[in-house]
Amino acid sequence: MPPTLGSNLPGATAPDAIRNFCIIAHIDHGKSTLADRMLQLTEVVDPRLMRAQYLDRMDIERERGITIKSQAVRMPWTIREGERTGEQAVLNMIDTPGHVDFTYEVSRSLAACEGAVLLVDAAQGIEAQTLANLYLAMENNLTVIPVLNKIDLPAAQPEKYAEELAHLIGCQPEDCLRVSGKTGIGVPHLLDEIVRQLPAPVGDASAPARAMIFDSVYDIYRGVVTYVRVIDGRIEARERIKMMSTGAVHELLELGVISPEPVKSQAIGVGEVGYLITGVKDVRQSRVGDTITINNRPAKTALGGYKDPKPMVYSGLYPLDGSDYPDLREALDKLKLNDAALVYEPESSAALGFGFRVGFLGLLHLEIIRERLEREFGLELISTAPNVVYRVIMEDGKEVTVTNPSEYPTGKIGEVHEPTVRATVLTPNDYVGAVMELCQGRRGSLQGMDYLSADRVELRYTMPLGEIIFDFFDQLKSRTKGYASLDYEPSGEQAADLVKVDILLQGEAVDAFSAIVHKEKAYAYGTMIAAKLRELIPRQQFEVPIQAAVGSRVIARETIRAIRKDVLAKCYGGDISRKRKLLEKQKEGKKRMKMVGRVEVPQEAFIAALSTSESPDAKKK
Amino acid sequence: MAQLPDGDPVPDDGSLPAGAHEIAGKRGFGVYLHVPFCASRCGYCDFNTYTPGELGGADIDGYLEAVKRELKLAKETIAPGQVRTVFVGGGTPTMLTPGQLGGLLDEIDKTWGLEKGAEVTTEANPESVTPDSLKQLRRLGFTRISLGMQSAASNVLRILERQHRPGRAPQAATEAREAGFKHVNLDLIYGTPGESKEDFELSLEKATGAGVDHISAYSLIVEDGTRLARQVQKGEIPQPDDDVAADRYLAAEEHLSAKGFQWYEVSNWATSPQAQCQHNLLYWRGGDWWGLGPGAHSHYGGVRWWNVKHPKRYAERLGQGKSPGLAREILTAEQRETEDVLLQTRLREGLDTSTVDVSKVEPGLLEISEGRATLTLRGRLLADAVVRSLLT
Repeated sequence: MPPTLGSNLPGATAPDAIRNFCIIAHIDHGKSTLADRMLQLTEVVDPRLMRAQYLDRMDIERERGITIKSQAVRMPWTIREGERTGEQAVLNMIDTPGHVDFTYEVSRSLAACEGAVLLVDAAQGIEAQTLANLYLAMENNLTVIPVLNKIDLPAAQPEKYAEELAHLIGCQPEDCLRVSGKTGIGVPHLLDEIVRQLPAPVGDASAPARAMIFDSVYDIYRGVVTYVRVIDGRIEARERIKMMSTGAVHELLELGVISPEPVKSQAIGVGEVGYLITGVKDVRQSRVGDTITINNRPAKTALGGYKDPKPMVYSGLYPLDGSDYPDLREALDKLKLNDAALVYEPESSAALGFGFRVGFLGLLHLEIIRERLEREFGLELISTAPNVVYRVIMEDGKEVTVTNPSEYPTGKIGEVHEPTVRATVLTPNDYVGAVMELCQGRRGSLQGMDYLSADRVELRYTMPLGEIIFDFFDQLKSRTKGYASLDYEPSGEQAADLVKVDILLQGEAVDAFSAIVHKEKAYAYGTMIAAKLRELIPRQQFEVPIQAAVGSRVIARETIRAIRKDVLAKCYGGDISRKRKLLEKQKEGKKRMKMVGRVEVPQEAFIAALSTSESPDAKKK
Repeated sequence: MAQLPDGDPVPDDGSLPAGAHEIAGKRGFGVYLHVPFCASRCGYCDFNTYTPGELGGADIDGYLEAVKRELKLAKETIAPGQVRTVFVGGGTPTMLTPGQLGGLLDEIDKTWGLEKGAEVTTEANPESVTPDSLKQLRRLGFTRISLGMQSAASNVLRILERQHRPGRAPQAATEAREAGFKHVNLDLIYGTPGESKEDFELSLEKATGAGVDHISAYSLIVEDGTRLARQVQKGEIPQPDDDVAADRYLAAEEHLSAKGFQWYEVSNWATSPQAQCQHNLLYWRGGDWWGLGPGAHSHYGGVRWWNVKHPKRYAERLGQGKSPGLAREILTAEQRETEDVLLQTRLREGLDTSTVDVSKVEPGLLEISEGRATLTLRGRLLADAVVRSLLT
């Protein structure tokens, strides 16, 4: 039997009793642990079935501490203390993805709520991504409850960070609640305050139904599970629903709420949050932000705010072993079912063989997809250096959209436009100089600077996205000893003086290494890659020149000298086995060599040359 | 040291699969005897050898007894016909007295019989032979001496931690010739960090000046686990440089060919076909041999096996009536072909062009003549690359 939902049954709960909220928190600030305590206190999870980070479903989420897909959990709560003790309510906790790449998804989750719990680690203070999401919540007119977590930690400084939060959201420091997700201290009080402080949802119960999709998840057994928040009217089981962006009509196979396991219900009404299943197999048919209505009594206008996800960053993904190409295709097809933002098309590279040009929302999205392909599908991949989308306007007025440096047009180019972002960096004030230097070096222009507290500064920059995706985050971390945090969001595009740099091995361009860079950085990029390759490519039986060129102009040159000695002097009785085994191993190794003309390039060299110094782990913090 | 052997187990009685007996016997039979004793260990050496302190209770008497037992086991295991070559290596064979060495040679002779004119070589350290001991060895049946000279430069010998004085090796070679050895080899090592071009030229000069008929020259290899490797790792000694080694090799070829030596294997030069080391040629031509002693490798009819390494363990196994074989591998036809190519490539007699695709090799590394492909001088320095091109 599912745990009880109290007297407020789905479809029969007055909006007055409902509180929809999300938790805005930085990774590692304890959101999942706090959610665990809430699940226990509201008794929706059987104590015997409780496990840590109950709501995080994917291994990757649990390991990296990142919530990729959101969830909504319905929890009954009766106020325990203070005024209104005994009042019964239904809490819907809507989980939000916690990273910059998923800003749009975050904004939809926020739009499904009336309030937000701003959860900040009392030992660390607010981070840039949290700040960005806080601003988003405030833009959505959400009521914000500031909460300091981990107050049980010896390093906690609740006074200091309460000041900071009060300053940010315009409240008093004593308004900041103090909890420990770990020990559970303060959590019942927080739940009470959610009921007391957050407004109840408001909607027109008699109007045609309108429900906003805030998440859409593919499940191999059930097809797409769509999470919705009802704004107006009512959705009942067995009705036909309509997607307002496409007009597509689907049979409703199942309707219910999550608590935190799915519980089927007959209806969900104004203010309620639930899931529905229609049998569609691809999340593209049930897109986040879209409005659902009832087919036989459709709403006239959709809820606002729907956007098609647009890839911002592209990278080529190639299987290390060319024969894995069909597996890669199949894996991408599977991931796509659950990821409306993932786009890809086949491409081939002279150096890397057959692969896909894949579009992502951002770098984290790229890392996650790559990691899932490797982990869940057992693929070994090479990914080319990520690039942004350029709009190239030729002198004859023709326009070319470039998602891959190799598509960069060769004719007379009028103007090149690159995407820009508004970047926010939070840093201890000791590192302001270092951060500014870095941002300026990346063609950033300072838009503003604020002191959040005596020793923490918020810097706002407009920067080309292309500069951010090239090891910016790593640089930021290393220059601030890991203290700075970063958030960014698209802010349009700008014309820039960009050129394509090609890398040639023995006169032959290696497409995988071509890059579009600012004119002033072409030389630096060329020398950097050429020098890297000189180190990485083993000496061959002949001399190999490495050149970096812009068009036909060579801007950097290195030479790999021919190898002169490749022989082990001794080969006596006891050496023969060893030598044969080495040869057998080399035979295997040769399969992992890519030929560029006559030059044998080990896969490792490609991988190392293509990686910026960035490691996926660096983004955890 | 706790590494498991990377082969199949050897049966306790040391018996070979039936197929081995069918394949064996076509390319000659030799005996290798490993003497695993040294007075001290040189820093670069990763051979299976032990100083007195490392023997863990094993001793020379026990060793001699165990070798005799292994010979008995060998006689029961294979029927190779007569012995064409014997090679005593180490370690330091001359840690044994000439009488002890001669005694083991006798045992081998009694087991299978030595062919008439068989080549019988022992390695020797220059400092552990005397005119007298050399005469005894000659009288007891040894026909060839191989002396570890390594270098004529004292700074190089110091890095290598060799005990002998620079002039001692050529002197010992002269003594060997005077003792009646027609065939004397000097081993040289080049590319030692700190060795100058002149140092190596001096070594070549001294070696050829000693009137020997054979010279082996090896580039120094920093083997894992040696004291030298640790010194290199710590940065106390620079890593040997392959380009320097290539220069030294060219210098060796130039000097030796001017003095009447001709290469017959990548690292070996001789003054005449008779001066070539028949035992080593047997290895390279895919012949059969039984390796006696701790850690010794054997090859018989496409089966390779190797003995337990420690003298104590070796003697124990034989004392229990068991084969000292630690592990073995039974080569497939493809593996045997691979070995043929990788060994024959290194020889001046070269490869039969009908068995390999020489077009896979970069131009300029092989010379083709009368159906044989032979490494050019540049090819000799890239022999492993040539083998890879041919086989992969």
